[in-house]
Amino acid sequence: MRQVYLDHIAATPLDPQVLEAMLPFFRDKFGNPQSLHSAGQEAFLALEEARSRVARLIGADDAEVFFTSSGSEANNFALKGMSRARRDKGHHLVLSAIEHQSILHSAKSLEKSGFSSTLVPVDKDGLVDPEAVRKAIQKETVLVSVILASNEVGTVEPVAEIARICRAAGVPLHTDAVAAVGNIPVDVKELGVDALSLAADQFYGPKGSGALFVKKGARLLPLIDGGIQEGGRRAGTENVAGIVGMGKAAEIAQARMSERQERMKTLRDRLIDRLPQKVDRVYLTGHRERRLPHHASFCIEFIEGEAMLLNLDMKGIAVSSGSACTSRALKASHVLLAMGIDHALAQGSLVFSLVESTTAEDIDYLLEVIPPVFDRLRKMSPLYTKFLEESQK
Amino acid sequence: MIYTDKVMDHFQNPRNVGVIKDADGIGQVGNPVCGDMMSFYIKVKDNKLEDIKFQTFGCGAAIAVSSIVSEIAMGRTLEDAMKITNEIVAEELGGLPKNKLHCSNLGADALHAAIADYRKKHAAEKTEVSPEAGKCYCPYCEGPIEGLEAGCTACNVELEECPHCGNLTKKGDEKCAKCGADLEAD
Repeated sequence: MRQVYLDHIAATPLDPQVLEAMLPFFRDKFGNPQSLHSAGQEAFLALEEARSRVARLIGADDAEVFFTSSGSEANNFALKGMSRARRDKGHHLVLSAIEHQSILHSAKSLEKSGFSSTLVPVDKDGLVDPEAVRKAIQKETVLVSVILASNEVGTVEPVAEIARICRAAGVPLHTDAVAAVGNIPVDVKELGVDALSLAADQFYGPKGSGALFVKKGARLLPLIDGGIQEGGRRAGTENVAGIVGMGKAAEIAQARMSERQERMKTLRDRLIDRLPQKVDRVYLTGHRERRLPHHASFCIEFIEGEAMLLNLDMKGIAVSSGSACTSRALKASHVLLAMGIDHALAQGSLVFSLVESTTAEDIDYLLEVIPPVFDRLRKMSPLYTKFLEESQK
Repeated sequence: MIYTDKVMDHFQNPRNVGVIKDADGIGQVGNPVCGDMMSFYIKVKDNKLEDIKFQTFGCGAAIAVSSIVSEIAMGRTLEDAMKITNEIVAEELGGLPKNKLHCSNLGADALHAAIADYRKKHAAEKTEVSPEAGKCYCPYCEGPIEGLEAGCTACNVELEECPHCGNLTKKGDEKCAKCGADLEAD
């Protein structure tokens, strides 16, 4: 059976060159980068080379890149580390309503120690209004965090504009760029952010490797106390192989950025344009233009995401959904709800995220397989029956 | 796979899907806020379920649950059918993921609601409808709730799903109100 993997957002396949770069560090190059002997120094050099590669991908200085275990850790690190370091200045955070759970839950955790936060709403396309951020900033605000590109609806936020507002207000800005880095050009100087999170598994690197960019001079308390690794800001023996893999993936992403973007954008548009022609009452979620090149997300009316996902999986197609039933917490995606999509429609969420190897044939296969699957589920749906009855009247 | 083979079979090949136009009883439970919605249609002859059809908006578990309920109940007397519980349904399916036990496992409730509807129409004896029928309910004051986010507006309790039994319980409590499992404080 044809296998079509369209869940880039969850994981990307490891680039073979990345695997090659990593393998020696699982075998003979096992040294601890903090050791002074040659084995240790070999690992140390590899670590620092990877740091340079990641720094180059985002236009940062090497010393501004701190390795973490994931994008979620980077987000926790930024939110908790920067807020706590600025506790003397205030106790208020400004976040967008469509942040990743690792941001929202970090803020909730901070609320237990006296912080408070304001959620800035988004419009129907998932866009944050920079003016709304300006209005949400208070005298007590110590940090603003706005996602660069939504993993759920693909919308790319006006972060550079928000950064200008934050700078004028004297408040640092963090951006969760996990879904963006490696997939669209990201330059920390152009964006003007003070901190930025990224993860290697979003650009054909290994899982378990993330990084936080922190602008020189920005204050940040460690999340993990202990040793002197990462300049004393993140203790724990480094995941050398994972970091080397991230460095290699960053180098490749930089070299292939425009080629990858153009290719995937064409295929993404093929899906966005043709799916609503094949099936009625299918709605694109997120912004049509300002969106990730590999991201096509929809809400399909009258049917539920998990049922669609499992049916497509049987046909060899891997996708994801923001429906309540697919989340362990059984809550519909907070992103879709924040965009004003009602619960029933949000239940029909389906996210297609392309990988580099996706072909036009894959998209056409998808367009062929989907209509009967949706049709079958709709025939089972009491909501669809009700709709048909009402439209006959 | 998160589901048993039996769940996947009923999800892929659901039995008795459809609508009975001249149904003797119709039962509807759930709503899209909870995640799932089920409609059951029954035909009754000589106090027995002569035909059952259902429609379900929901996940794989919800569809499988509806299907197996229709299969178990077919041909049974109304009294017998009223004895089918959500627990029995889950067992018949070889188990359901814990987090699906509450919201998706409403098939028996939907069938019972259809039987209750039939009995009401025929002015027969009153029957009990499970308190879960039709809506999500707060485990504290039993008031209807709009979903987890909203919490319970009647008694103002913030709710969360118990990771052990799947039932709703008060957020921040040390133990689940339903199964008594320890809830880790985060």
